[in-house]
Amino acid sequence: MRKLLLTTTLFAALGLGAIAPASAQNLRLTGSGASFPFPLYSTWFKDFSKQTQGVTVDYQAKGSGAGIQDFINNTVDFAASDAAMSDEEIAKIKPGVVLLPMTAGEIVLSYNLEGVKELKLPREVYPDIFAGKIAKWNDPKIAAANPGVKLPDQNITVVARSDSSGTTYVFTGHLSEINPAFKSSVGHGTTAQWPTHFVKAPKNDGVTATIKQTPGAIGYIEYTYAVATKQPMAILQNKAGHYIAPSDESGKAALASAEFSSKSLPNSDAPDLRVWLFDPAGAQAYPIATFTWMLFYKEQDDAKAKVLRDLVEYGLTQGQAMAPKMGYIPLPDSVVAQVKKAAALIQ
Amino acid sequence: MVSRPFENLVQSGSVSGPPSGGDYALDRGFRYLAWASAALILALVAYIVIEIGSKALPAIAQYGLGFLTSSEWNVQTGQFGILPQIWGTLYSSLLALLLGGLFGIGIGIFLTQDFLPPRLAATFRTIIELLAAIPSVVFGLWGIYVLIPLLRPVANWLHEVAGGIPFFSTSLSGPGLAPAALVLAIMILPTVASISVDALRQIPYKVKEAAYGMGTTRWEAILKVMLPTASSGILAALVLGFGRALGETMALAMLIGNSNQISLSLFAPANTLAALLASSFPEAGPVEIQALMYAALALLTITLIVNAVGLAVMKLATRKFEVER
Repeated sequence: MRKLLLTTTLFAALGLGAIAPASAQNLRLTGSGASFPFPLYSTWFKDFSKQTQGVTVDYQAKGSGAGIQDFINNTVDFAASDAAMSDEEIAKIKPGVVLLPMTAGEIVLSYNLEGVKELKLPREVYPDIFAGKIAKWNDPKIAAANPGVKLPDQNITVVARSDSSGTTYVFTGHLSEINPAFKSSVGHGTTAQWPTHFVKAPKNDGVTATIKQTPGAIGYIEYTYAVATKQPMAILQNKAGHYIAPSDESGKAALASAEFSSKSLPNSDAPDLRVWLFDPAGAQAYPIATFTWMLFYKEQDDAKAKVLRDLVEYGLTQGQAMAPKMGYIPLPDSVVAQVKKAAALIQ
Repeated sequence: MVSRPFENLVQSGSVSGPPSGGDYALDRGFRYLAWASAALILALVAYIVIEIGSKALPAIAQYGLGFLTSSEWNVQTGQFGILPQIWGTLYSSLLALLLGGLFGIGIGIFLTQDFLPPRLAATFRTIIELLAAIPSVVFGLWGIYVLIPLLRPVANWLHEVAGGIPFFSTSLSGPGLAPAALVLAIMILPTVASISVDALRQIPYKVKEAAYGMGTTRWEAILKVMLPTASSGILAALVLGFGRALGETMALAMLIGNSNQISLSLFAPANTLAALLASSFPEAGPVEIQALMYAALALLTITLIVNAVGLAVMKLATRKFEVER
């Protein structure tokens, strides 16, 4: 799927290059980074390239960490990351950085249990599953939350990511926030110290395939991937105590509680638009949601800067409209306004 | 000036002539080319070792040999150890060699010892060699979607019945050592089979006739005459197959479960060095990259040791069973 999209983007890019006359403005922008927003971004870039004469945008979904590395090494025009950038990383960028949240997503717990259509997991239960403390599906703690559901006497096979990933960062961040024991045993980061008997698979699609093929499995994946493969998703108990299924509305409710700090990024006048929703408070909020960011240089040559600003503008207007169809959460209006203001700093 | 010893043997009107200056130049040129190619290979291996070694140097200095014997891989705390990966690499490759080697040599015997009409044997061999053309990732997908579901009931039955035996001490939920080793065995099969076929076919037919003449049965001839005579070639096949199994990456990263644990159980998930490199490299930070380079160096060393031991065993076999050449 991803390959296909990439190929189509490439072909579109090539086709465009062939048709467009050798205009004065023949710009090729390259970016790399997060794989989670790739399906959405590639659609944006294809469409944007088509609308804008003489501009092609190439994006490689290498992963957030690799994107940040490319950005630091100055081999790309922009990058994308699910884990934003740390202060140390920002300090390495000489021309300055503008970090813009461009879209958002949810992380869901997908499972494979024959005949179980609806699975509710309480707040004190799912961190224990991912810490390896609850090992059987018919554990009384799971059964208590799911009266009337026939849970099998089967081992839980937990599937985690084998590679370093923004998805793991957000997911372990949430679990660490609500369960101190999880924080000390597994920890919070782009990789984590999962109990050694967990199965690990590469990338979102690898985890999805492994869950799909393994009876008794549970794992964390991005909402888009679960929607695309029609995998069942667990209903999680949020901070307010309600059981909430992942959906566009519950995701929007989670984003609504995001409060950006009024501070600027270190050594810069660009606003700090990094915010983590490790435990959103809203009554109808799905508990695991996150923004994903695009990273731009503050200073570059004028022609590029203008196209990059146009690209952001496109993503914030037409781009947001495409998001829900593809399993992403559109940004709340207040966030869009702040991002628009910050985008003007790309010079 | 180049000396030309045949120059004064020329007789006028003769059809044959001495090698011309061009012939000499061509000959010498080719010899230099051959030397250069050989030297290039050595230089390339040395360059790879130096390149990986120099990048791994900081990690070697920091972790020392403890890197090879500890089992934590924690990027956050900067603790790195690859014992589970070394274990998984050797265990999965040995299992694959056992299965793939047995079947590969079996196929070698089947195709060369007059069990099949020659034309059918040739067809068979082509089909087996076609296996080598299947990309690794296809094997991985086949493993996930076909092999694991097939294997699961068998494995879980074995676990129920014989859970006391360490090899069956866990149940197979999804990815694990057994499916990984089975796929590896299939992947090394073409290598082992086709080299075994070549080795067995090289034996002059009169050797077999002589064995029959001495009154051996077919199986006595195969086991006591043909196999020992071809032993150096068959051992070479096994060494190559083992080397391939050690370095195989994609199919294993998809099937083995990538769990850093050491378990004798065939159904538990494990990890290998190549799979670790493949899954961690793309997003590794500078410190982790040094550790990964150290792991790559360890894999390279294991492969070199295996090849050296294989060569030594081959030499012994040649000395024992074949005429010194």
